[in-house]
Amino acid sequence: MHDLVSIRDLGKKDVEAVLSEAARMEKMPPKKSGELLRGKLVSTMFFEPSTRTNMSFQAAAKRLGAKLMTFYPSVSSTAKGETLGDTIRMIDGYVDAIVLRHPYEGAARYAADLAEHPVINAGDGGNQHPTQTLLDLYTIKKLKGKISGLRVSLMGDLKHARTMRSLLYGLGMFGADVNLVSPSALRMDEEVIRETKGMFGINVSQTSDINLKGVDVLYVCRIQKERFQDKYEGEKMQKEFRVDLEALRGAPEDLAILHPLPKVEEIPPEVDSDPRAKYFEQAKNGVPVRMAVLYLASKG
Amino acid sequence: MCLCAWPCFTLPQKVDAMPLMVEKISEGTVIDHIKAGAGMKVLAILSDAYPLSKMAALIMNAHSRKFGRKDIVKIEGVFLDEKIANRISLVAPSATINMIRNSKVSGKRQVKMPDTLTGILKCPNPMCITNLERAETSFLRVNDRHLRCRHCERLFSPEELA
Repeated sequence: MHDLVSIRDLGKKDVEAVLSEAARMEKMPPKKSGELLRGKLVSTMFFEPSTRTNMSFQAAAKRLGAKLMTFYPSVSSTAKGETLGDTIRMIDGYVDAIVLRHPYEGAARYAADLAEHPVINAGDGGNQHPTQTLLDLYTIKKLKGKISGLRVSLMGDLKHARTMRSLLYGLGMFGADVNLVSPSALRMDEEVIRETKGMFGINVSQTSDINLKGVDVLYVCRIQKERFQDKYEGEKMQKEFRVDLEALRGAPEDLAILHPLPKVEEIPPEVDSDPRAKYFEQAKNGVPVRMAVLYLASKG
Repeated sequence: MCLCAWPCFTLPQKVDAMPLMVEKISEGTVIDHIKAGAGMKVLAILSDAYPLSKMAALIMNAHSRKFGRKDIVKIEGVFLDEKIANRISLVAPSATINMIRNSKVSGKRQVKMPDTLTGILKCPNPMCITNLERAETSFLRVNDRHLRCRHCERLFSPEELA
């Protein structure tokens, strides 16, 4: 692996290699991991706000012994109108790897085409966020011991959430059984579902009812209310698609509840202490997974 | 009927009495077997690609043994390059391109949607990086109904792209 732009660029073997490397990183003593990228420079270029992705990439690079060069768009020549292409070409000459988040879709692909050093996509608008998908798969595998054959429910705004589209692809790759739960107006694009089913031959069902019976993993994302012209409609959908303690009554004891975070109203704070809530553990897994990605990218 | 601006057919005194006549071209291209209704889109692609001084004719709803009805486009003095033929394949996948030299058909081929279309189409997604920076667009054929932008990864129908 040189660049990591899209989950679509990875085959099952590539994903397995990242998951297995992440497991190794998680167990590795800091003294040892700190030698892996010693002497290397990593630039984090975030053109959009980020908490988890930015911090965990920084933590990952530092735990590997690399030095960080943080790019700040507001105090760089970007503010003077310099193009992304020129900025990438220039920074590529200074560092050994670039971690890029940009609001435009395909920005990471474009950067990877221009840069000689590895480019890692940390989110390109509404398109891809491959390290999120990898850490989701890593978390599921770590919690359940496998992905194949698991019954996974993806719930929330499946129309707009990039996380869900990429995760469906990743789950398809490993042969999970997927149930898509969303308001009918926020269903995932039919073509995306058809393509994933066609590529991997998995079962994908769709419903608007929350039924957690027999579910192994419940992956929740928020309703993107800002996309509704009618704010009340958005609020109403959020109330219906909420995982509170009432909704969890009767759900399997070993259910794992995941969320890419930040969570707002879709999972109220009282669920955080439920042993089935695994989203903070999931966020923590971002570090070993991103360590694995940076390390594998540096090896080429 | 022909909708082009040139006097490429003769209006008879009595319309019912004479067939519609379209001039033959001696050097140029005839795009045949266009699905009825798609001829205007083919003409739009040609007018986008070639100077407006070229004489062109569009015949709509011509009789076709194969399709029942079809459109035909003729353009004088132009031989289509590969990129334009690929664009035409998006709106008229059944079209055949006939090259005319010395008033005779010198070559004939059916258009074929290629697996990759590079540098000839604009991505309709306003948030695609290709609409911000000077990145060359590239679309990958997923199936007959969809192509995927290599950058933003969105799926588009051939007609949306053409």
